[in-house]
Amino acid sequence: MRDFSYDRADNVGAAIKSHVSGADSAYIAGGTTLLDLAKLEVMRPGHIVDVRRTGLDRIERLDDGRLCIGTNVTNTDLAYHEDVTTHHKLLSEALLSGASTSIRNKATTGGNVMQRCRCSYFRDNVSPCNKRDPGSGCAAIDGHSRSVYAVLGTSKQCIVAHPSDMCVAMAAIGATVSVAGPNGKRDIDFGDFHLLPGDTPWREHALASDEMITHVTLDAPIDGAKSHYLKLRDRASYQFALASSGVIVATEGGVIRHARIALGGVGTKPWRAERAERYLVGKPATADNFGHAANMALAEARPTEDNAFKIPLGRQAIVRSLTTVTA
Amino acid sequence: MSTDIIGAAKPRIDGTAKLSGSAPYAADHYPANLAYAYGVFSTIAAGEITSIDVSRAKKMPGVIEIFHHDNFPNLHRTPSSFVQQNKVDETRLPFEDNHVYYGGQFVALVVADTFENARDAAYHVDVAYRAKKPVTSLAQALAQGEPKPADNKKHERGDPDTAYSGAAHKIEATYTTPIETHNPMEMHATTAHWHDGHLTFYEASQGVVFAKHTMAAIFGINPARIDARAPYIGSGFGSKLWIWPHAVACAAAARELDRPVQLVVPRQQMFTTTGHRAATQQKIRLATDDDGKLVSISHDSINTTSFVNRYVESCGSCTKSLYGCDNVRITESTVQVNHGTPTSMRAPGAAQGLFALESAIDEMAEQIGMDPLEFRRRNYTDRDGSKDLPFSSVHLLEAYDKAADKFRWSKRNPKIGSMMRGPEILGWGMAACNWEAMKRDCDARVSLRADGTAFASCATQDIGTGTYTIVAQTVASLTGLPLERIEVELGNSSYPKGPLSGGSWATATALPAIHNATAKAIDALKQHAVEEDGVLAGRDAGQLEFVNGKLHGNGRSFSFADVLKARKIGEAFGEAHTNAASGDEYSFRSFGAHFVEIGWDPGISRLRVHRVVSAIDVGQIVNAKTAANQVEGAIDMGIGMALFEQTEYDHRTGMPINNNYAEYLVPTHLDQPESVDVILLDHPDTKFNELGVRGIGEIGITGMAAAVANAVYHATGKRVRDLPIRIEDLIQT
Ligand SMILES: Cc1cc2nc3c(=O)[nH]c(=O)nc-3n(C[C@H](O)[C@H](O)[C@H](O)COP(=O)(O)OP(=O)(O)OC[C@H]3O[C@@H](n4cnc5c(N)ncnc54)[C@H](O)[C@@H]3O)c2cc1C
Ligand code: SF4
Repeated sequence: MRDFSYDRADNVGAAIKSHVSGADSAYIAGGTTLLDLAKLEVMRPGHIVDVRRTGLDRIERLDDGRLCIGTNVTNTDLAYHEDVTTHHKLLSEALLSGASTSIRNKATTGGNVMQRCRCSYFRDNVSPCNKRDPGSGCAAIDGHSRSVYAVLGTSKQCIVAHPSDMCVAMAAIGATVSVAGPNGKRDIDFGDFHLLPGDTPWREHALASDEMITHVTLDAPIDGAKSHYLKLRDRASYQFALASSGVIVATEGGVIRHARIALGGVGTKPWRAERAERYLVGKPATADNFGHAANMALAEARPTEDNAFKIPLGRQAIVRSLTTVTA
Repeated sequence: MSTDIIGAAKPRIDGTAKLSGSAPYAADHYPANLAYAYGVFSTIAAGEITSIDVSRAKKMPGVIEIFHHDNFPNLHRTPSSFVQQNKVDETRLPFEDNHVYYGGQFVALVVADTFENARDAAYHVDVAYRAKKPVTSLAQALAQGEPKPADNKKHERGDPDTAYSGAAHKIEATYTTPIETHNPMEMHATTAHWHDGHLTFYEASQGVVFAKHTMAAIFGINPARIDARAPYIGSGFGSKLWIWPHAVACAAAARELDRPVQLVVPRQQMFTTTGHRAATQQKIRLATDDDGKLVSISHDSINTTSFVNRYVESCGSCTKSLYGCDNVRITESTVQVNHGTPTSMRAPGAAQGLFALESAIDEMAEQIGMDPLEFRRRNYTDRDGSKDLPFSSVHLLEAYDKAADKFRWSKRNPKIGSMMRGPEILGWGMAACNWEAMKRDCDARVSLRADGTAFASCATQDIGTGTYTIVAQTVASLTGLPLERIEVELGNSSYPKGPLSGGSWATATALPAIHNATAKAIDALKQHAVEEDGVLAGRDAGQLEFVNGKLHGNGRSFSFADVLKARKIGEAFGEAHTNAASGDEYSFRSFGAHFVEIGWDPGISRLRVHRVVSAIDVGQIVNAKTAANQVEGAIDMGIGMALFEQTEYDHRTGMPINNNYAEYLVPTHLDQPESVDVILLDHPDTKFNELGVRGIGEIGITGMAAAVANAVYHATGKRVRDLPIRIEDLIQT
């Protein structure tokens, strides 16, 4: 692990200023991603700006029903917050399905949004990897590509899945990421925040250099909707999703009025299945319709030999989660 | 032996030290002036180092020295003899030459003033390689050449081929098991300290006596100058039986630099340079007559080994003994791959071998239309056909009965997929378990001390299994002392020679020696009492009785502290030697059976183990708590073997892929079955040793993966012959 300078900022302005001043600067929050990768020298920050003293650790319900979450709120605090457990059960379930208790106690909202992938070739610091070493190639495509690799949104340059569970819930709920930087503040729609790998897999998000996340604001809950997060994996806990499905559904007399479907473990970013959602609206909540929606959600999937099972598994996650919330 | 303490469910006497974090492990020792070493590890799996450039690293802060094949001191290879107690599984010394045989091999060692500086500098050592195309899997190795038979592991009786071809019913199937990594919590580590030509080293070791003699052979010095210590080990599962290159590298660095050095093997290299369970491919052929009696068994296994050393998995070790059959053939062979050298991992050979055999037994039972339990009962034997000897003590039928009864096996509907619960299909499967009972030579020393406490010492180890506690219980059974007044020291090679903590033989080996040493200490105490100035001077020592820590004679009683004080003596001690078991008259084995219920939810391809009932026949139980704990842990590991564990390698580079705790899957708390019932049969095997104890550490994992696979078959109709059983094997598309 290389030497770095460390600065603990007391407010957002100071954090940005410190970030601008350093070479190879990185914000640090819980450190569960950053320190892990810095010890492997996959991330090599020269200057670390600790944002945990900047406040931004509150959850506030806005008048319009939206929920504003400070970036430093831990995954644990967020999962158990009353507004979350009552209005966004999906988010609570997604958070609690992720990592382990001790990691969630450290992990923060902004850190989770910004977490890096779990690709072994990215982490080994030796193999060709376009994310780590732009232009070097992608060792995963013809290599070992089972558990943490995507089938949706992949490119010839990178196939790794976005690892977050929390972000799947946020994608389904709808959210805005508020950021601040040397040029002021702006809001980014959650759906636009994470980028597809395309030809530039090293560009993972819409943050500009020196910008930091200050809040994530969830859209107001849909009236009368039920939600559920279903995460499928080999073992029962402490594993990233092989396929997960976060759904929000409101029905009226057995007919679907609102539907949101987001997928984890199968997409290169937190994946909204909007065509499938549109298909369901106005249709009865039946197994056939769920099956059809699930097929639509995975229709464009392009697997490797190792992860081909994620296509049927993803469908199963969708069908079961839809069945659960409409039961 | 007093029965109330032997067999009692006593908590571990070292529990507080461990829970409070005060138990020092190998890397918790900080001699003055300690320096820290960190390895540079090969990033190719086969080839040569063409150059090592240390110029950048040398300039880094705190760097003291960087060793590699050009400047590492000349040492000797150990003859690697079990009898001489200097065995290792990888005989090649670190930095011997510029060859690379596997990924993650030590290619350089940086020593610096802090751990962080050593690691940082290690990342800055520039190594250039000439890479060769590696052999990365058993299948690839087989495609490239014939496996090499291990002649001494072959067993043949009768005429299995003729019996097979003429039989009424037969099956043939091939099973595979993957490479698994031990993954003990505590990383391998060494803290080495030389002083006046003597070496003291703390090692994460399951065998301090072996560690000492191996270091002596490698450094070419008298073993008396070496002191190996492992008072606490964060488990080993076999990976810490023998020392690995890191220990040699660390001790050599400490000697060259004339200051203590500590080396902790990083988790990633726990997957490369400290052993692993070899991958196997096993072909099984079974045949029966019309009554369901086995008439032919053959079991041919191939396992991976390294290009450095040969390691043979004894996959057929149980197959040749478990069932009554006159025509049996076992062969074992190996192929070389570019991985580190394999080593024993909990129930080596048997864990993989019984996965194959006990799966095949179910396949055979199905073919003849017989209940799998009934089929096993029908082929039960009380003689070991491979040795033509009776078993010393076998209660396998009782194990079947008790476990089946508790499990309610009779309620099983044999039809595949017929037992439902909610969205799940339940599968019920079972398998036998089996392990050889072994006992080695052992010395021990026990003293009764003037402060009223007893002290027992033996150079064996407690690897987390409870050895400290059962040694204390053995002393307590003769002295009547409460456990709090019995001090036990293990894990120090200067103590009387004790066994490796492996092979499930530590208990059967150490306890008789401890027992006899205690008895001798009591005799010595009586002698002290009757001698001049003694509390019972002039009496006949043979007439005295020692009960509950007190000496009784002539109508009076004395604490042993008083007996010693009267003579101003510090301790009454006994030293004992006990011999290895002789296998001339009996075959010594342990037995048992697992019954497993799994739930398969086809709608979401979720497989979970719900219920396990296991009955285990391992002789006298010394501590009901630590014994059950060993079996429960082994069941859990067996679930991991069945469903999760597998070290994955890149098929092009041969480098491990899932070399961390997040991606190498073992069962978590949530994967625990809702119920695990361990039935300990507790029939002392006094033909094996006077205490009637066998070992219990390994048997619980044997057969477990087959029981799960058999249950999966019952639920899904899919016979998975390649471990682990994964979603992609079962998913309905
Ligand atoms: C073993 C393991 C298992 C895991 N399993 C799961 C799982 O199953 N599901 C899951 O969803 N996650 C999982 N995780 C990931 C975990 O959720 C993330 O590591 C965590 O959320 C990161 O948050 P942090 O606060 O610790 O981030 P840090 O490590 O502090 O930072 C992560 C990144 O975010 C940047 N950053 C932090 N704060 C800000 C900010 N305010 N503005 C801009 N950039 C910022 C940092 O510079 C860094 O690049 C696992 C992690 C580990 C180590
Ligand atoms: S999948 Fe992405 S992260 Fe993995 S090696 Fe390819 S480019 Fe790198």
